[in-house]
Amino acid sequence: MDRYEIRLSGSGGQGLILAGKILAEAVVIYDGRNAVQTQSYGPEARGGASKAEVVISDSDIDYPKAVELDLLLSLTQESCTKYICDLKKSGILIVDSGAVKDIPHGDYRIYEADISDLAVKEIGKAVVTNIVALGILTRIAGVASEEAVRKAILARVPKGTEEINKKAFDTGLRVGGELLAESKRS
Amino acid sequence: MPVKISDKIRMMTGNEACAEGAIAAGCLFFGGYPITPSSEIAEYLSRRFPIIGGKFIQMEDEIGAMGSVIGAALTGMKAMTATSGPGFSLKQENIGYASMAEVPCVIIDVQRGGPSTGMPTLPAQMDVQQARWGTHGDRGVIALTASSAQETFEQTIHAFNLAERYMTPVVLLIDEITGHTTEKVTLPDYDSIERVDRKRPTEPPETYLPYKYTDDCIPTLAPFGTGYRYNVTGLCHNETGFPTNDPKEIERLILRLTEKIVKNRHEIINCKRTMLDDAEIAIFAYGSVARSARQAVLQLREEGIKAGLLEPTVLWPFPSEIVLKIAEQVDSFLVAEMNLGQMAREVELASKCKASIHRLNRVDGSPISPPQIVGKIKEVV
Repeated sequence: MDRYEIRLSGSGGQGLILAGKILAEAVVIYDGRNAVQTQSYGPEARGGASKAEVVISDSDIDYPKAVELDLLLSLTQESCTKYICDLKKSGILIVDSGAVKDIPHGDYRIYEADISDLAVKEIGKAVVTNIVALGILTRIAGVASEEAVRKAILARVPKGTEEINKKAFDTGLRVGGELLAESKRS
Repeated sequence: MPVKISDKIRMMTGNEACAEGAIAAGCLFFGGYPITPSSEIAEYLSRRFPIIGGKFIQMEDEIGAMGSVIGAALTGMKAMTATSGPGFSLKQENIGYASMAEVPCVIIDVQRGGPSTGMPTLPAQMDVQQARWGTHGDRGVIALTASSAQETFEQTIHAFNLAERYMTPVVLLIDEITGHTTEKVTLPDYDSIERVDRKRPTEPPETYLPYKYTDDCIPTLAPFGTGYRYNVTGLCHNETGFPTNDPKEIERLILRLTEKIVKNRHEIINCKRTMLDDAEIAIFAYGSVARSARQAVLQLREEGIKAGLLEPTVLWPFPSEIVLKIAEQVDSFLVAEMNLGQMAREVELASKCKASIHRLNRVDGSPISPPQIVGKIKEVV
């Protein structure tokens, strides 16, 4: 089945559901393919485990949830430990190295970046961590065009925050590119 | 608000599609009390209704919300509320009132796990029997379901049409997965949508009887404020709408409340069929589980197992005759649902021992996945 399955995981309030929505909208609206986005979170407004899933396909998507992940993004240790078992062989694991210290061993392509630290140091706002992560993911996964994701971000984020979100996305793309180059060298 | 591709193609959650479907159906009143996972329906309409001339009111609680919907509907408006399990429990008293007084209205229940406050953010299908029997007393019930954002849009319109046609509250049961899944929705031209409006009296106010007995069993309630004065009550009443203790009148009323649905069941019942023609095992699934089942059927067919899917989009009245026909054809049924077998018992009753009934149930707040269904079928076959 031609499904590409992505899970964005971390804790409630990190903006992962928004990032998932943006990615799905980019794929469907601007790239013209099919995608569905689902979510799972706890009853708390902040904290607790949170995940957003995006399934991308060129045909109809019956089951909307991920079964076997092509890509797992983890912004917390808890989510990485919990969901790594769903990542398929040779799948992509992207982790926030500031939060995930204990990276599970296995047959994965692992990319580490201090994502929340990048958001704070380069953009000056921790709140754009999700968009930095989206940039890294977009460059590494290559399943949505960068132009589409950029347009989808601008269509979604609150007015007045376009510039910092653009900057956050570009930072993510750059870091994603560096990680890819690094992995090719090694 | 959802992002648009064009005016007609949008990325929407099931909840947003439901709210948009209500607008497309001509609904202009929402009375509610927010509750996860249904709150986005209220949120969407609270933004849209002030712009298009509708009324949105957040009431003091769910009981009041259902009361406000009945009041609005009696003025001739298309009115709705949206809730989830705990709120659906609270609304039951007034849903019974709407059934008894024959007030058309729509109740959306985005199901989460129960009992009580249960699992606020997790999916379940534990309210399907509550939709049938949640309020006390005998009455006919119409309850629909949907498995995607597109279908939720369409079923919401359908719910309003059935409510107006049969003068009864109509429940649309979706679940957290359908409510919160964002996917592509293609909106039709709103001018081309078929909208049903309740019958209006043709006789003058002097000879008007709101609950007059007619062949189709459906009363003609004049909108309040149009010059027709009549009584509306939850007590057993006669044709005038005033309470009665006459056993004959009471029996006639209670039978009619059931018969107006039962007699018309062939017009109300609807099922989608996937690869059932030569199936040896039929999956019975509805709501978001039907999506898993569809994927499972495709995989099983690839492996040479003759599986098919019966997916009712109307849960009540229950499609007994259709289930029986399939039971006579297949060896067995697998009823997959996110509860402990609430619809499996209906399938068992309807199939009259013509096929063996197997169950796949999940009540841990997790969805039933295609591999789970495939695994269960291989175990059974």
